[in-house]
Amino acid sequence: MRLTCPLCGERDRREFYYKGDAIALNRPAPDAGTDAWDDYLYLRDNPAGVTKDLWQHELGCSAWIVVERNTVTHEVLSTALASDVKKATK
Amino acid sequence: MRVTGKGLINRDKQISFSFDGKSYNGFEGDTIASALLANDVRLMARSFKYHRPRGPLTAGSEEPNALMTLHSGARQTPNVRATAQEIFSGLEVRSQNNWPNLERDVMSVNDMFSNFLSAGFYYKTFMWPRAFWEKLYEPIIRRAAGLGALSGLHDEDMNEKAYAFCDVLVIGSGPAGLMAALTAARSGADVILAEDDSRFGGRLLSEVEDVDGKPGHLWVDDVIAELSAMDNVRLMKRTSIVGAYDQGTYGAVERVSGHLRGAHADAPLEVFWRISAKQSVLAAGALERPVAFPMNDRPGIMTASAVRSYLNRWGVAPGKRVAVFGNNDDAHRTARDLAAAGVEVAALIDSRPDSGPSGDFPILTGAEVIDTKGRLGLKQITVRTNAGMQTISADCLAMSGGWNPSVHLTCHMNGRPVWDDKLLSFVPKDGAIPGMTVAGAAQGVMSTAGALQSGLEAAKTALAAVDAKVADVTAPQAEDAAYNIAPLWQVSGKGRAWLDFQNDVTTKDVKQAAAENYQSVEHMKRYTTQGMATDQGKNSNVGALAVLADATGRGIPETGTTTFRPPFTPVAMATLGAGARGAGFAPQRFITSHDMTVKAGAPMIEAGLWYRPSYYPEKGELTWRESTDREVNMVRNHVGITDVSTLGKIDVQGPDAGAFLDFVYTNMFSTLKVGRVRYGLMLREDGFVMDDGTTARLGENHYVMTTTTAGAGEVMKHLEFVHQCLVPDMDVQFISVTEQWAQFAVAGPKSRVLLNRILDSEIDNDSWPFMACGDVSMGGVQGRLFRISFSGEHAYEVAIPSRYGEALYAALLEEAKALDGGSYGMEALNVLRIEKGFITHSEIHGRINAFDIGMERMISAKKDCIGKTSAARPGQVAQDRDRLVGLKPVTPSQKLMAGAHFYNVGAEATRENDQGYITSVCYSPTMKSYLALGFVKNGPNRMGEKIRMVDALRGVETLCEICHPVFMDQEGEKTRG
Amino acid sequence: MRFSAWQVLKNGLTGNKGWTPHWRSPEPKKEYDIIIIGGGGHGLSTAYHLAAVYGNANVAVLEKGYIGGGNVGRNTTIVRANYFLDGNSQFYSHSLKLWEKMEGDLNFNAMHSQRGIINLFHSDGQRDAAARRGNMMISQGDDAILLDREGVREQVPFLDFEQTRFPIYGGLYHKRGGTARHDAVAWGYARGADQRGVDIIQNCEVTGIDIENGAVTGVQTTKGPIKAKKVGMVAAGRSGQVAAMAGMRLPIESNILQAFVTEGLKPCLDHVVTYGMGHFYISQSDKGGLVFGGDLDFYASYASRGNLSTAEHVIEAGMALMPMIGKAKMLRSWGGIMDMTPDGSPIIDKTDIDGLYVDCGWNYGGFKAVPASGDCFAHLLATGRPHDVAKKFRLDRFRTGVDILDEEGKGSQHNLH
Repeated sequence: MRLTCPLCGERDRREFYYKGDAIALNRPAPDAGTDAWDDYLYLRDNPAGVTKDLWQHELGCSAWIVVERNTVTHEVLSTALASDVKKATK
Repeated sequence: MRVTGKGLINRDKQISFSFDGKSYNGFEGDTIASALLANDVRLMARSFKYHRPRGPLTAGSEEPNALMTLHSGARQTPNVRATAQEIFSGLEVRSQNNWPNLERDVMSVNDMFSNFLSAGFYYKTFMWPRAFWEKLYEPIIRRAAGLGALSGLHDEDMNEKAYAFCDVLVIGSGPAGLMAALTAARSGADVILAEDDSRFGGRLLSEVEDVDGKPGHLWVDDVIAELSAMDNVRLMKRTSIVGAYDQGTYGAVERVSGHLRGAHADAPLEVFWRISAKQSVLAAGALERPVAFPMNDRPGIMTASAVRSYLNRWGVAPGKRVAVFGNNDDAHRTARDLAAAGVEVAALIDSRPDSGPSGDFPILTGAEVIDTKGRLGLKQITVRTNAGMQTISADCLAMSGGWNPSVHLTCHMNGRPVWDDKLLSFVPKDGAIPGMTVAGAAQGVMSTAGALQSGLEAAKTALAAVDAKVADVTAPQAEDAAYNIAPLWQVSGKGRAWLDFQNDVTTKDVKQAAAENYQSVEHMKRYTTQGMATDQGKNSNVGALAVLADATGRGIPETGTTTFRPPFTPVAMATLGAGARGAGFAPQRFITSHDMTVKAGAPMIEAGLWYRPSYYPEKGELTWRESTDREVNMVRNHVGITDVSTLGKIDVQGPDAGAFLDFVYTNMFSTLKVGRVRYGLMLREDGFVMDDGTTARLGENHYVMTTTTAGAGEVMKHLEFVHQCLVPDMDVQFISVTEQWAQFAVAGPKSRVLLNRILDSEIDNDSWPFMACGDVSMGGVQGRLFRISFSGEHAYEVAIPSRYGEALYAALLEEAKALDGGSYGMEALNVLRIEKGFITHSEIHGRINAFDIGMERMISAKKDCIGKTSAARPGQVAQDRDRLVGLKPVTPSQKLMAGAHFYNVGAEATRENDQGYITSVCYSPTMKSYLALGFVKNGPNRMGEKIRMVDALRGVETLCEICHPVFMDQEGEKTRG
Repeated sequence: MRFSAWQVLKNGLTGNKGWTPHWRSPEPKKEYDIIIIGGGGHGLSTAYHLAAVYGNANVAVLEKGYIGGGNVGRNTTIVRANYFLDGNSQFYSHSLKLWEKMEGDLNFNAMHSQRGIINLFHSDGQRDAAARRGNMMISQGDDAILLDREGVREQVPFLDFEQTRFPIYGGLYHKRGGTARHDAVAWGYARGADQRGVDIIQNCEVTGIDIENGAVTGVQTTKGPIKAKKVGMVAAGRSGQVAAMAGMRLPIESNILQAFVTEGLKPCLDHVVTYGMGHFYISQSDKGGLVFGGDLDFYASYASRGNLSTAEHVIEAGMALMPMIGKAKMLRSWGGIMDMTPDGSPIIDKTDIDGLYVDCGWNYGGFKAVPASGDCFAHLLATGRPHDVAKKFRLDRFRTGVDILDEEGKGSQHNLH
């Protein structure tokens, strides 16, 4: 498997660390309530198909990356810097 | 028998090797199988289940029968395909899976009982009595099963890993592959041409036919000569592409020196390549399938294409009198080649009623082979024709049931192949592997001319995808016959008809599976073991499928197929795991004082990737405990030094550094004064403790964070995550400086005295109080000094750029010795911290929150932080959680054991009564007692209570008292002194 | 038909023509008391236990493909009871006891082989953790022995004791642990359930779950609608998709776990051995292949196929631990889809929808759980109450923070368990 780091270009899977669903970007407010935190930390859509998840170019530039990916075919549709994605959602 | 004038072997170079202790001669270019056949040896192996005598079925790496063991000692290599292994001088080959020898194998008695060993018999018996399974039945089954044997010795051969990148990877070098490679190479693309065989050319090496007006193999030579002169081409023969993976990644095994004399001292045995290809062309050809007729497994019976390979490529006639049986025109081609080479063709048996092209040999049409004879090798066949039965004597039978395109790699990403009614075989699904184009016989294009053209077209497709301009290339002239085939899946008759030769699966087994409702193709496979042998069904799957389809009244496409998974051909573990033996498994990290420490005789222990000293033995000390006790007393009474460079150090800078630390730590850091250090607790977002450590504020916008040795990587990743993904607007940056700074703890009442002999300007309690930090100078070198303590003593950590680490350590050690001090190791460090109740990852093991360790008040109420919300869930603050306490034995000399559990006095030691467990234990020379840290249900509210420690594993039971986890100097007077 | 050596003999003498189907292939009825979605090990075991233990045979198992086609047929076949958290310990202990009588109960030889498991440790800290685990196993009534380095050497002398990067300090030896023939477990339960009247319906995909007024009424399938009073979802690897049909989100992320087998070899490894410093575990099947596995592929996937770098990493660990396997050749690799939960422990619970129950989240430890999972889920389906040994496998434990069963201590990131 190969992923494209927005900063470094296409690299082998071994350079990357996977965290999970890109929902990790959407941290609820401290008082958002039990449901919101359960949704954020534990429950997952876990789609068989296109998903957005969060990787880090750990053995490269350390950038966290939002990867749009198909969980059935492993096709990579797009990658973007997580910080850009986060800033854009504000 | 060698045939004069035939073959591509080097007859000038004779090679001698041994098989089962007997010496044989062959020629350069021979495989074990071709050389043995040339010596009229047909019996080469025994089958897996019935121990039936077997000779080679094929002439390639798909061979299911002729598996052998090479070499002896640590180099012993089982299950080597005699049909692919090249011979070299002195090669030692043995047959396997037989006793006492290949000719007389006692286990062949299984064959007589085959009726009782039918599909799945073992699921129905061996159940009584229960205890006999492990003691009797299983050992017998295990001993009977298996093929070759490992030596049991460490594999010492060298293997390597390598990486390659290309525009176009061409897999296979038959007509389609060569044409594809030539086209891509002439167009300027970076090309890798990978060929499984020891020689480029594919079927062109085994067939009598012209390409471009010259013998096929000479055209191959010309193309290879052209390609090898080009800088943009990498030719890789003896290289199997074993797997197709995501985004154009391919795994490949290159056999580098196994065909010479095993591993050379200077060459790896094999190299595992990871090839990243923008595009690929699969030109892996096709494999001929056997016919399931009764008693089709005797030595001497092989595929027709194998017979032609032995004849045309290796100049070997696999028999003196050869019969040919098939359902397609290749049977005729085989008979013609044999006759032309002067080999007697006993008969050509064509199952089709209309005769194909004729030759100068008897042809029986609409006929089938229904029986064979010959215990250790074929002697006679029985043929059923319209006119009745006839027996024909023959010592070799070439069979052709048609061709299966080599779709294997196209299945590696779950692409199921598609049934082709005309070809009577499966062909690759379009687009099964992104970026791969299939060409030639692998795509079902069976003529040479068709394959050449298809290779050319495939290259054009690949080139277009990488935006390369296509050079003007045309395919040469070649044979272009149609592929005529009629269905022939099984021949009825009395005897067993083999499908999977190695695993001894016959058509009866498949039918029985269907009768027992194992009708899904996967069920049939798993129930009968069909296709699970070392060839993974390459020779047998399609045939078995057809028999299953027939037995269940379904068509073949409806029945579906099992899938091929990586690797394409078996790969040695040593090759896939190259470089990992011994120290190679993981990087080694060394502290700057490593050499001096080793010289001092300290045993080094692994701490993650680091090595740290365990203790420093002195003369007369016989046990680690003696040394440790001395080191602890030394620190408590004088001064000790230890290398703490392994702790993670993260430099944090920026205007928002303080705010950022407030967010990742439970407590406040923005309020920390410059020049001061604070202990920090870091939680995971789920509320459990991630790590702890001290963070120093060196400047208004500059902090340096210390992590545990084990947690350094995780914390760094976590900080990057929090910053980039949660608070990217914060103006803060961090970098790991663990490697940049050597750091030493200086601990004990004389620590300041010692430091003042090292520091360029002296310090005192006012200039450097507890938890102070700042820059210092040592011998003109700028370093940092932190007044922090992990021992409970008056202590410091002094840091210096790594290149001065060893020098500083030497200086500290010399001064320490002058003060009755010295070095202390991890054992003493552990005692010191337990005595003082400091936790490590033994305590914060991932299931522990701040409440559990009594630090709930460290979660600041004034701000949000990572983990704060989760830590407040009802289940996380329940009083009866396992919570940190100290434990001491009621009788001080009684042992405490890490990993022991607690039970109330008088309660049975059962899970239901479990009260907690010990995480850390030491013998404290200070308190003259064993001490422990552990977790006890509702622990802080049970101080003074007696509790039973039980270590059932090691038979130790000790009555303990629950106490405060800080065993000495709870007020911290020593630290501040 | 009752299987025995006598049956094998009798049929052998009559040309093996007398064998009959091990289970029927019925068409679905219009209605059942209980429908089990998923014909894997857990689903079939649930159906068997419903019929054999809890007296309810009006049960259908609906399988979208062929039975046993999921993880029960794609795993490294390890059976053990060596958990150390209260909640897991009793469950796996119960499961191992069921394993020990399974073949007699089912009259089917699943080749359950109690050859012993050795979990190696490589530091003092790991030894302490192993001791804590071993003591829990003993207090639960199971077996554990703490071996020192020489004790390990006696059992498995061919490990690399001299040069390996992380020296072997010892091992936790669980004698009753071992392996089994994975497919046979599915087939044995299928046959046992079928014999007791359960309908096993293959090639029948559930396409919808019918819910009226907060209660389940049946399912929609590719073979038409089927009514049911209760529905149990046991579709590991597809748990999320099935639950989504009932409008639920689960605390699950699907990840790939690869497993590998070598060519057949004469006996050379008599135990199950696990490496403590790289994720690697290995045993030898009765057929002679070395069966081994290691880390997850570590990213959400439903592709049932592995990544090359993970395969290399696993085998590198194997070569570091036991270089004697170097000349063995890896024959086949495959990938199973794992329901990874945020604490690495499973879920057997009712849902907020009346009559709808879920058994999922087996991470990569589901195979050994097959008997007890079936028993406990059947208990829950039949009685509406959790089985004593499965009480802590609650769906809401993450929300409440009560009894999170995190054996690895890795926290809420699903793929780390």
